[in-house]
Amino acid sequence: MNAPRLPVLRSDSAARQWFAGLPSSRTGQFFGNHQSLSVIVGMSIATAILPFIVLLPPFSGFGNQTDFVDGFAQAGVWVLLAIGLNVVVGLAGLLDLGYAAFFAIGAYTYAYGASPFSGNHIPFWPMLLVGAAVAAMFGLLLGAPTLRLRGDYLAIVTLGFGEIVPVVFNNSDQYTNGTNGITALYQPIIPFTSTSFGFGNPVPYYLTVAAIIAIAMALLYRLQDSRLGRAWMAVREDELAAASMGINTVTTKLLAFAIGASTSGLAGVYLSSKLAIVSPTQFGFTVSFTVLAMVVLGGMGNIWGVAAGAFVIYEIQSQGLKQLDGFVGSWFPNGLPVVGHVEFLNYQYLLYGLALVGMMLLRPEGLFPSRRRRAELHDVDDSAAANEELVEP
Amino acid sequence: MSDQTGQPVLRTVGLTKAFGGLVAVKSVDFDVAPGSITSLIGPNGAGKTTLFNVVAGLYEPTSGHVEFLGRRMIAANERSWLEPVFWILPAALMWALTYLAAGAGAPTNLVQVMVLVGLGILIASLITAVIRPAWYDRMLVRVGIFKSARPNDMVTAGIGRTFQNIRLFANMTAIENVLVGMHGKLKASPLDAILRTPSQVKEERHSTDEARRLLNYVGLVGREDELARNLPYGDQRRLEIARALATKPKLLLLDEPTAGMNPSETAAMMTLFGRIKTELSLPILLIEHDMRVVMGISDRVTVLDHGEKISEGTPAQVRADSRVIEAYLGKGAA
Repeated sequence: MNAPRLPVLRSDSAARQWFAGLPSSRTGQFFGNHQSLSVIVGMSIATAILPFIVLLPPFSGFGNQTDFVDGFAQAGVWVLLAIGLNVVVGLAGLLDLGYAAFFAIGAYTYAYGASPFSGNHIPFWPMLLVGAAVAAMFGLLLGAPTLRLRGDYLAIVTLGFGEIVPVVFNNSDQYTNGTNGITALYQPIIPFTSTSFGFGNPVPYYLTVAAIIAIAMALLYRLQDSRLGRAWMAVREDELAAASMGINTVTTKLLAFAIGASTSGLAGVYLSSKLAIVSPTQFGFTVSFTVLAMVVLGGMGNIWGVAAGAFVIYEIQSQGLKQLDGFVGSWFPNGLPVVGHVEFLNYQYLLYGLALVGMMLLRPEGLFPSRRRRAELHDVDDSAAANEELVEP
Repeated sequence: MSDQTGQPVLRTVGLTKAFGGLVAVKSVDFDVAPGSITSLIGPNGAGKTTLFNVVAGLYEPTSGHVEFLGRRMIAANERSWLEPVFWILPAALMWALTYLAAGAGAPTNLVQVMVLVGLGILIASLITAVIRPAWYDRMLVRVGIFKSARPNDMVTAGIGRTFQNIRLFANMTAIENVLVGMHGKLKASPLDAILRTPSQVKEERHSTDEARRLLNYVGLVGREDELARNLPYGDQRRLEIARALATKPKLLLLDEPTAGMNPSETAAMMTLFGRIKTELSLPILLIEHDMRVVMGISDRVTVLDHGEKISEGTPAQVRADSRVIEAYLGKGAA
């Protein structure tokens, strides 16, 4: 057999799917095989373009450029959380409802490392790694006792963990300053200078989070295409069969928890440095739930899709719905045709909920689904089509 | 590949498995000789699949044991109450040291750090115990603690299997299914994957080529990138065999591999088994209901009924055994 040599199979290479449509298939081939490069190039382009897109009409009605860039810098946190949770939920199929706990742990790690409260002043950049490592450790700690659980039962235990962590931070006043949280965290310093990031200018934060996301995404793509990524998928598909193929399901699941948690830890360190404050109220159940919604809506299992989904949902939620009043007001100064003046801000969550319900009805596989997931969810249609074929002679 | 000394590849000794009051397998002794095809037959509910699952490490036996390549792999746990000592011992040592240090007047900060390190050690030992790496099991054996092998340990030792009701990874492609089978033989760590080290890249390329070769071997040409769920039934069975072969087994367990196939597909499957036996000199343990398959390719046949072994021998011997005829057709038929 001398079959043409196919390139090494990469699961769901979004880059390849995108570039496949381009006239030069060689470019598609190149970016399909050099995923890390395509992630970094893609992120750079997006990072460069986004601040200027918002100057164009539909967006410019929602706010000025600085507000937008600040919003993007904030959205980056959610993108990181979503691609981290995607490892646990999308790849390994472990339903984790307590993901905010690792976010909190990352944030508090930075608070201990760099605040007047603790008296330490460790620079931001090494603290990123420390935060990720500490969160990963707690990921292992949570993972170990839940190994035998699946589905709903796992969700309940992780939900409990997610509730316990903020409560612990809230009640151990002596170590965490309780409800008031730890304030005045030190700002990151621009590398190779002595200039601090500062509060007024969101650009350094924006660039930082874009870089963190690009690196995290490149590494996660590499993991997904490796032996470990296949093991995650196998465990998701059929745990018993995976064990019968020589996969140590224990190690595999623990690694999913640890790697997912470490990404969340990165997000925590970054967010606490940006806000310069951590308090237990930031890490409630809503965070875990919102991130899960982002993963599902973005397209579970597809890293690019999940990242884009998180970004879009955050922007709709924070920028879109919040500024809808002003936007609609500028078009209809005398109120909307039938209903008159509507305070959209009051209906923010109603509209968000409607958007979620609509999404689930119209595109249950998410905005940017992975190939597998689409196949899974459209199985019914396919078999129906097959039956029709059988009926017709 | 197989042992040529005549020692059996697989041997079960007095193997019993009870689910509550139901004894599914009752004190069964049987061997699989190197390079042979051994069939396990019996009426429905005779305990064949249970026996298979015990051998594959899915169930822990109630009594008796399984030897694989001369090594006792599966048996009821022994002295497992002693195991927690190993979880606590390292941390206890650390804390004893802390106690001594505190007594000798070490600064409070140091003592606090030492207590925390002890806690870290405790957590690390507990997680090691959950993961159960090979060295941990060997350490336990040295002090007389025996823990039955898990399915993945049996695969590492050299047992590849297929399932009665196909259990492929439905939403993964054919080639990915085979690559998962190779999991245990690949060495790259997650760190290698992150750094994409040359050895990892090379390993991935080799394993992909190897997987493609295996798919061709079982007769799945040009279907590498198709999702397993979309393959026709017969091809799914073939893919399961390819996936089992990918674990580089020293014994292949096939659970009703021709169930639901038409005569020509069955014949093709039998040819494949023959090739696996001769070309790969791989012994096969087969559960099968189709007597044409059993009588056509088996070297040895073992008959189970109500969990007990009622007959054993060459196909001709078994066919003539009155107890076998009785088990299948009822008293009076013999």
